[in-house]
Amino acid sequence: MEDSDSVAVARAKQGDGDAYRILVDRHSRGVFRLAFRMTGNEQDSEDVVQETFMRAYKQLHRYEARSSFGTWLYRIAANYSLDLVRKKKRHGEIGLQESATEEEMGEVVHAVASSDPGPERLLFSGAVQKQVAATLNELSQQERTAFVLRHFEGQSIEEISSALGLSNNAAKHSIFRAVQKLRRALEPLVAL
Amino acid sequence: MNHLDEEQLVLYYYGETGAAGVEEHLGACESCRDTYHTLQRVLNSVDSLPVPERSADYEAQVWRAVSTKLPRRSFALRWLTWKPLAVAGAMATLVIAAFFAGHAWQKPRNETARDSNVRERVLLVAVGDHLERSQMVLVELSNAGAPKNGSLDISYEQRAAEDLLESNRLYRQTASSSGDTATASILEDLERVLLEVAHSPSAVSEKQLDDLRKQIEDQGILVKVKTFGQRVEERQAAPQGGVL
Repeated sequence: MEDSDSVAVARAKQGDGDAYRILVDRHSRGVFRLAFRMTGNEQDSEDVVQETFMRAYKQLHRYEARSSFGTWLYRIAANYSLDLVRKKKRHGEIGLQESATEEEMGEVVHAVASSDPGPERLLFSGAVQKQVAATLNELSQQERTAFVLRHFEGQSIEEISSALGLSNNAAKHSIFRAVQKLRRALEPLVAL
Repeated sequence: MNHLDEEQLVLYYYGETGAAGVEEHLGACESCRDTYHTLQRVLNSVDSLPVPERSADYEAQVWRAVSTKLPRRSFALRWLTWKPLAVAGAMATLVIAAFFAGHAWQKPRNETARDSNVRERVLLVAVGDHLERSQMVLVELSNAGAPKNGSLDISYEQRAAEDLLESNRLYRQTASSSGDTATASILEDLERVLLEVAHSPSAVSEKQLDDLRKQIEDQGILVKVKTFGQRVEERQAAPQGGVL
């Protein structure tokens, strides 16, 4: 995929519209997933997808293939998502995500304790999903971005630090803090 | 025995370097192994976060939305003009060199009307192609939407105009030398407009864009180029070729 991305990027840089469309086709779902994990909002994620491909197109001449095209593109998407969420928070458009209620958490504990305590059951539990979403929403934007890029996109700490303009150490600590917060919030649900 | 800290376990989970010796320790220490399994369950549970499904034609939807908002210059224009433009100057030089070489070589052998006709038609085709490319650049400028945020990036059109200017000069001089005043005249008008575009700022204000459009309209260059193009086609279609 990356090799063929390089070919498509080279052709798109020369003005080949079909080549840029190939890149959009290959990456639009991935960018949407990243955006949704960053913003937690479907409509915002759609905005991120479109804006990312527009920004990438305008900056294509700056892409030098030091990282893969996907990594470079996801960096644009992550930064735009960050901007969008910050802007919405400033305008008070993002409220606190609702956490799993005590009742919901109790149901999980009961279900797991009484029958099959396999982790698969927990993975599909609505309460766990709700708690994950709420906890991600409580992370600082830097923590959330670093965590999403590491956990979901598999980017290295070096790539994340470069994407966010942080030192390697700062990027690493953002991920640690995010994991700590997630552990505190989710351990009662999963450590059974 | 020193137990592993959470940071080492997180690095190990993500396969990062800096977690050296963790595996051996986990094999030997039950307490750290339990802690690691809990961390695994926590991080695995994060994967349960659902992402809304997209429709089967999502990629096409994104492309439709994105392609209409991309910078004003169309991919079609870039595709049709940019690559050829890069070699347009060299092509013009070759065509003109061949045109004059033909003159010099044929004269002592009493050039026939047929030989002359062939060379002129080759030149005509090259000029027609050059005018078509120029027309596309000028049409793009004429049809440009209102500048967003106060200015419009016309750097692409500028570069294109600079390249076209070079070939335009060569074709105009050749047309003048060979007595083809009709072609020389249209190329002279075109040169003035291309000069204006090439010397404009790379980002123009609404007023500057209007001035450029006015210059294109005042010269009536698009109409002239179109008319000329039709004559070229007629001439190409004619068996012996007539006067333009």
